[in-house]
Amino acid sequence: MDIQTYYLLVPLAPLCGAIAAGLFGKWLGRKMSHRITIAMVGVAFYSAVQIFLDVMNGHQFTGPVYTWLVSGDTSFHVGFLIDRLTVTMMLVVTSVSLMVHIYTIGYMSEDPGYQRFFSYISLFTFSMLMLVMSDNFMQLFFGWEAVGLVSYLLIGFWYDRPTAIYANLKAFLVNRVGDFGFILGIALVLMVFGTLDYAAVFAKAAAHASDAAPIAGMSVNLLTAICILLFVGAMGKSAQFPLHVWLPDSMEGPTPISALIHAATMVTAGIFMVARMSPMFELSDTALSFVMVIGAITALFMGFLGIIQNDIKRVIAYSTLSQLGYMTVALGVSAYPVAIFHLMTHAFFKALLFLGAGSVIIGMHHDQDIRNMGGLRKYMPITWITSLIGSLALIGTPFFAGFYSKDSIIEAVGMSHLAGSSFAYFSVVAGVFVTAFYSFRMYFLVFHGEERFGKAHAADHHDDHAHADDHHADAHDDHHGDAHDDHAHHHGLAPGQKPHETPWVVWLPLVLLAIPSAIVGYIAIEPMLFGGYFKDAIYISEHHEVMAELHEEFHGAFAMAMHSFTSLPFWLALAGVASSAFFYLKRPDIPAAIQKRFQWIYTVLENKYYFDRFNDWFYAGGARGASTFLSKYADRFLIDGMIVNGSANMVGKISGVVRKVQSGYIYHYAFTMIVGVFILLTIRNWFA
Amino acid sequence: MNLLANLIPAGAEIFLLVMVCFILIADLMLTNSSKLFTYLLVQMTLLGCSVITVGTHVEGVTYAFNHMFVDDLMSDVLKLMSYLGVSMMLVYSRQYLMVRGMFTGEFMSLALFALLGINVMISANHFLTLYLGLELLSLSLYAMVALQRDSAVATEAAMKYFVLGALASGLLLYGMSMVYGATGTLELGVMSEAINNGVQNKALLSIGLVFIVSGLAFKLGVVPFHMWVPDVYHGAPTAMTMMIGSVPKLAAFAFVTRILVEGMQGLQADWSGMLTVLAVASMALGNLAAIAQTNIKRMFAYSTITHMGFLVLGLVSGTVAGYGASMFYAVVYVMMSLGAFGMIMILSRAGFEADTLDDFKGLNQRSPWLAFMMMLLMVSMAGVPPTVGFYAKFSVLNAIIETGHIPLAVAAVMFSLIGAFYYLRVIKVMYFDAPESHVPINLGADTGLLISLNGLGVLMLGLLPNALMWICTLSVQQSLLVP
Repeated sequence: MDIQTYYLLVPLAPLCGAIAAGLFGKWLGRKMSHRITIAMVGVAFYSAVQIFLDVMNGHQFTGPVYTWLVSGDTSFHVGFLIDRLTVTMMLVVTSVSLMVHIYTIGYMSEDPGYQRFFSYISLFTFSMLMLVMSDNFMQLFFGWEAVGLVSYLLIGFWYDRPTAIYANLKAFLVNRVGDFGFILGIALVLMVFGTLDYAAVFAKAAAHASDAAPIAGMSVNLLTAICILLFVGAMGKSAQFPLHVWLPDSMEGPTPISALIHAATMVTAGIFMVARMSPMFELSDTALSFVMVIGAITALFMGFLGIIQNDIKRVIAYSTLSQLGYMTVALGVSAYPVAIFHLMTHAFFKALLFLGAGSVIIGMHHDQDIRNMGGLRKYMPITWITSLIGSLALIGTPFFAGFYSKDSIIEAVGMSHLAGSSFAYFSVVAGVFVTAFYSFRMYFLVFHGEERFGKAHAADHHDDHAHADDHHADAHDDHHGDAHDDHAHHHGLAPGQKPHETPWVVWLPLVLLAIPSAIVGYIAIEPMLFGGYFKDAIYISEHHEVMAELHEEFHGAFAMAMHSFTSLPFWLALAGVASSAFFYLKRPDIPAAIQKRFQWIYTVLENKYYFDRFNDWFYAGGARGASTFLSKYADRFLIDGMIVNGSANMVGKISGVVRKVQSGYIYHYAFTMIVGVFILLTIRNWFA
Repeated sequence: MNLLANLIPAGAEIFLLVMVCFILIADLMLTNSSKLFTYLLVQMTLLGCSVITVGTHVEGVTYAFNHMFVDDLMSDVLKLMSYLGVSMMLVYSRQYLMVRGMFTGEFMSLALFALLGINVMISANHFLTLYLGLELLSLSLYAMVALQRDSAVATEAAMKYFVLGALASGLLLYGMSMVYGATGTLELGVMSEAINNGVQNKALLSIGLVFIVSGLAFKLGVVPFHMWVPDVYHGAPTAMTMMIGSVPKLAAFAFVTRILVEGMQGLQADWSGMLTVLAVASMALGNLAAIAQTNIKRMFAYSTITHMGFLVLGLVSGTVAGYGASMFYAVVYVMMSLGAFGMIMILSRAGFEADTLDDFKGLNQRSPWLAFMMMLLMVSMAGVPPTVGFYAKFSVLNAIIETGHIPLAVAAVMFSLIGAFYYLRVIKVMYFDAPESHVPINLGADTGLLISLNGLGVLMLGLLPNALMWICTLSVQQSLLVP
């Protein structure tokens, strides 16, 4: 087949699947719906592999496919830019999506919205591919909004739960803030460059590097403004401080999408976008510093929050936030390939961790509180092993995937000389300990130690754990059988009941994801970071020599791992694991004592630094207050009262008068006609 | 000029006359139960007329009977629309009249006589022919309104229509006689030349013009010559209302444009001033008064006044685009009003007139399709895109803006905005109110098909208005001899 046919197949095949399952799902039935969508994503994956091989042979493609409209000199079109950066993202998206599709068969088997779910995740795959394959800002924005839409739909997938509706509304509103910045950035691009095509914009970027415009009395560098505005969009989508608040709540959605959208792909769209825009970001040190500091704050402070979470998915969600912070820091120090490398490894091991958590949740009959688990390794061996691999990869154990990418980030930050880089370095190094601590806290609490399930639930339900899991009450074929419906409102394992390993459709993706989580870093680091893999796709200015210095330090993947045993991050990670083992396996009384002693810290963390409170009070409350004011005075009094009803009353009065004139007497009518003739005579003489 | 050359351009009218006479006599032989035969015969006659009109069409303008009669593109288009309109009127009203015992040979022959009058008016090129056609039409209509002899309301309406119509005819004739005095001719083309060459007694000519415009205004039913419209629309049986409110407006358009544009082009500055006042007054009063109506036939009466105001507005522009827009407006208006009155008749049944707003309550629950069709018609009358009503209003506004009448356009839009209220109110009661009666709607196959075509046609023409607009503009360009 022609390679360009493959280009089209990649996004369009999942779209066909989405349409089939979405519009004809009822008619197709459950089995056919998942077969079609999985086959279509399989086609996309296969095509992506073909394109990857083609790109590795040195082919690239950029050009329009379909012109949507032309307005003046600006043309808006659908186009593809296929290079190594794109094809890497395509592979990640299609492969993780394929795993998640398969996994969903098991996870959603009881859900009445089965076909709808498949339709959404296929639609998401299409949107994400349109985003990464775009060759212009317009299509990028389309994909950007489309993934946001599907994310919104999927967070609120169980729309009868108030918590889910709250969460998707929150995600929607927070992303509005980010997208507002994003579209302002795109508008500014159009204003400065007069085009929305990547190639044309990047070619002209250097020429416009010192353009400035007066804004609010200050002279602002336009390129810096563009980069920061675009990055504000990335902050919303990739959940960077302070627009991170939506991501933990998004865990209200079903677990497969937490893996696909809120860990592996969509949230990395911001990272991808900044890497794609490297020719512009490279020209502005201010913007890069901004990116780096935001990333550093996110990496460290979101990690802390992971320590005190008790909902298994929320722990992983905070870890995602923290890892996204790492990627952002890497972008800030101009180590774009490292950021993309970490994006890729993270996609695999975080999807693995989420799907593993989903497997645990199925085994625990939809109880997500890690305080009710413990000792699961005996009952769910496959889930246990794969989760262990995922956790080791996450904390950066040498030879695992996460090690290579994360260690490269830490080294790169250490070499940077940008303003704020010392703070960033401290954050990423300290983050290693935090990551190891919360990851293994969760791991030990779930898989090791005392078996705490099957007992009466802890009296003080954490308020995060608010899954009013009603949807199972009306699920028909409960293949777990026993005593499930009794737990429609009080789910979890009944006393005496044991967890069990999940069906193969659930554990197979775990195994398939565990393999790259373990080895992809070792294989890919050399070609991807130092083999000039991204040399055509990513531009790095000569002033930012971090990548070159990294290259000098690099003596092969094996040597890097060996060297790490003598470095600080490794010992920090080890310390994290050891201390969590000590606290949660040996002496579970210590964390409680610490919590009592340092109650104020705990309170601050439990309230997530009061961001939600502040947002509710300032933004939501403020908006409501302003709306009430406008509704009361502007709308009801001025517009409705004076203008609308006032004019309507006047019209009504006039109509009443006219009605009276229509008396029904023929001589009145005749008289009116005669008067009419006189009026016309007068007018004529007036004009004459 | 030989006889045949005179007869061919008037072939359709001659055929129509012969057939009316035949139907009138044949109907006497038929019993009341076999009126369907007459009905079919009438429909065949209309079809025959259409064939002849199309068949005798020739490029350019043909005069006959010493320039008293003219056959041109505009007359052919308007005549074809008239046949279609009368045919639709008969389909809509068959059931309605049957249950009321009025589906008689008299009714059908009167309708055809009215059509003959319309045809003559459309093709007239001479004051005498014009007046002849006008009287034939008017007398037929008076009789039709009075056909329901035992109804006091209908008789009163017929009486008012007749007396006021006579007054208007008097005004018109008086005006014509003065113009004849000033120009020495009754033929439109010659008159136009005479006016352009300058007449001695200018005052006589212009006072004659005032009287002629008054008479025309009565036929169109624009303010302040509108008083008969609500009473007659309300009082007459709905089938007759439909007849009065639809096809004759095509004749009125032809009548007004032939006299003013073709015959008195030289006085354009004078008559356009008068028409402006009439148009604005009609749009203002029609819209405001319609709001206060609870009877839907009265509401449509005021709505007609408004529409005629809009039609006149197109003539004010004095350009080909404006005349074309007016003709388009007339054709579209006929379609919309046929559908709207047809809907009233569909909802009516023996002993019950669905002529108040309350009768339309909850129509959506009784018949979603009919409610949807009515919504299309109402939306079109209100001038909301993508229906054809929007395009009609838009092209008129476009024409007057191009000639610099911005304040007029603003006024027209403001009044249309007010007018949207009562059209939307019909939609509101259909969709949001509970039905007052649950009697099943007796919808015949022919009527059902026609109302669907009518409603969807309004939508389709709104999406693809260019063909109709093109033929309207071409007609006025070829026929009215305007630069």
